[in-house]
Amino acid sequence: MSTIETKGLTAYYGDFQALFGVDIILRDGETTAIIGANGAGKSTVMKAITGLIKTSPEMVFIDGAPCGGREAHTAIASGIAMVPEGRRLFPSLTVEENLLLGAHCARKGPWTLERVYEVFPGLKERRRLSGTALSGGQQQMVAIGRALMSNPTSLLCDEISLGLAPVIIEDLYRNIAKLKEEGLSIVIVEQDLVRAVSVADRVYCLMEGRVSLEGRADEMSLAAIRNAYFGV
Amino acid sequence: MEWISTLLQGLLLGGVYSLFAIGLSLVFGVMRLVNIAHGDLIVLASFTSYVVVQALGVGPLMSLVIVLPTFFLFGYLVQLLVLNRTLGDDMLPPMIVTFGLSIVIQNALFDVFTADNRKLNLGPIETASFRLGNDIAIGIYPLAVFAIAIATIVALQALFYNTKLGREFRATSDDAEAARMMGINTKRVFAVATGIGMVVIAIAGVLMGVRTTFDPFSGPVRLLFAFEAVIIGGLGSIWGTLFGGIVLGLAQAIGGQIDPQFQIMTGHIVFLVVLLLRPTGFFPKVQH
Repeated sequence: MSTIETKGLTAYYGDFQALFGVDIILRDGETTAIIGANGAGKSTVMKAITGLIKTSPEMVFIDGAPCGGREAHTAIASGIAMVPEGRRLFPSLTVEENLLLGAHCARKGPWTLERVYEVFPGLKERRRLSGTALSGGQQQMVAIGRALMSNPTSLLCDEISLGLAPVIIEDLYRNIAKLKEEGLSIVIVEQDLVRAVSVADRVYCLMEGRVSLEGRADEMSLAAIRNAYFGV
Repeated sequence: MEWISTLLQGLLLGGVYSLFAIGLSLVFGVMRLVNIAHGDLIVLASFTSYVVVQALGVGPLMSLVIVLPTFFLFGYLVQLLVLNRTLGDDMLPPMIVTFGLSIVIQNALFDVFTADNRKLNLGPIETASFRLGNDIAIGIYPLAVFAIAIATIVALQALFYNTKLGREFRATSDDAEAARMMGINTKRVFAVATGIGMVVIAIAGVLMGVRTTFDPFSGPVRLLFAFEAVIIGGLGSIWGTLFGGIVLGLAQAIGGQIDPQFQIMTGHIVFLVVLLLRPTGFFPKVQH
């Protein structure tokens, strides 16, 4: 179990500044939604937490310990797994190999290949196919299963509904709700604010690299979230 | 019969070229690194074997016991300490660094060994052959080199498709950032890939050093043949390099049979024709 915190997080892509002092707390066992329009900096926050972009150590904390700027592969070892935007399955690997890769530096825990196949039954019969030969929804299941294979305590889901049919999205979010019941800390990064807010305990809205609204989901009105989202 | 013999010689020569090409293809396939020093590293392996043979009085094949691990370690460290710092979206910086490495290796070898030609001696087996019928003779050594090339490809194929390390290689080759998200230390993967590439380079260097003479400046020609074999076969494809090597070997043998002056030229012409008609080669694995 872990609490992840960013303090005054700034991030750059070359000369372009993407984040301007973002403070976010992802509490243990909670589901946190990070919403915002395209380019608001949501995925950059995820990348900073997982070490995919460089930050100074005191900008990211895990259980109070400064962890910013460390190598990405150490984030997995500390229990953080990411379902990346666009799924990012490995085309030269089969479905099963993609899942096994998720267990590369797995911690001890309940998630095994068999358990992933139980939760996403359609994958077992397609396990020998290339990950990219599946439908969008099935690919997303592989991406989630792959992240779970590391037995994380925090699951960061970046735009998991993007480009999928509503019925598939329903199914995915049902699975996310089940994972939450198992005590997993979940971060949902979404443009679809209604969807994200409906499953979240806590909401952060980002606009142009800054937090424009934060609070408990059940204490926020949709109108206030919309205002923060669109900056009106 | 003469032509059949020529084609067989070309086929076996292709084995040597594919050995040249495998290391280049592997390193490019995993990390998109074009190693300009590849040919010079092959020559460095020949010289390293030469030194081991002279110092310990062992044969060139026995020298592999020392040369192979030395080259693995050398590749691992060069990648970890130098080349990893240059890898990124731009392919030019690592290319320039390997170009620099090429110049350093050539001049260091020239300083130590002068420009004299050297050769590794394996004894009578070098010229031994067996006959197929009355008119066709097959050299035992070229046949052995061809078999070693195939064995190397089979071993690498098994490594890539049947091991955890191979899975890491393929994932990193597909999408290095996503591989890092899975907890893979891509810098270490790159270092191991270069180490393995260097082992293949060392095998090629020692086997070629027995087959023909070498001097500190023979690297660029070996690089050229390796490039041609890789591009004919298709970027990133290990079996493709065998095919590319064989096409190149056959082309040179046929050209040499028509007129000895045409031998090398015919190989280049076939390479240019393939480049014109199939710019990505016959079995490309790398899409970008």
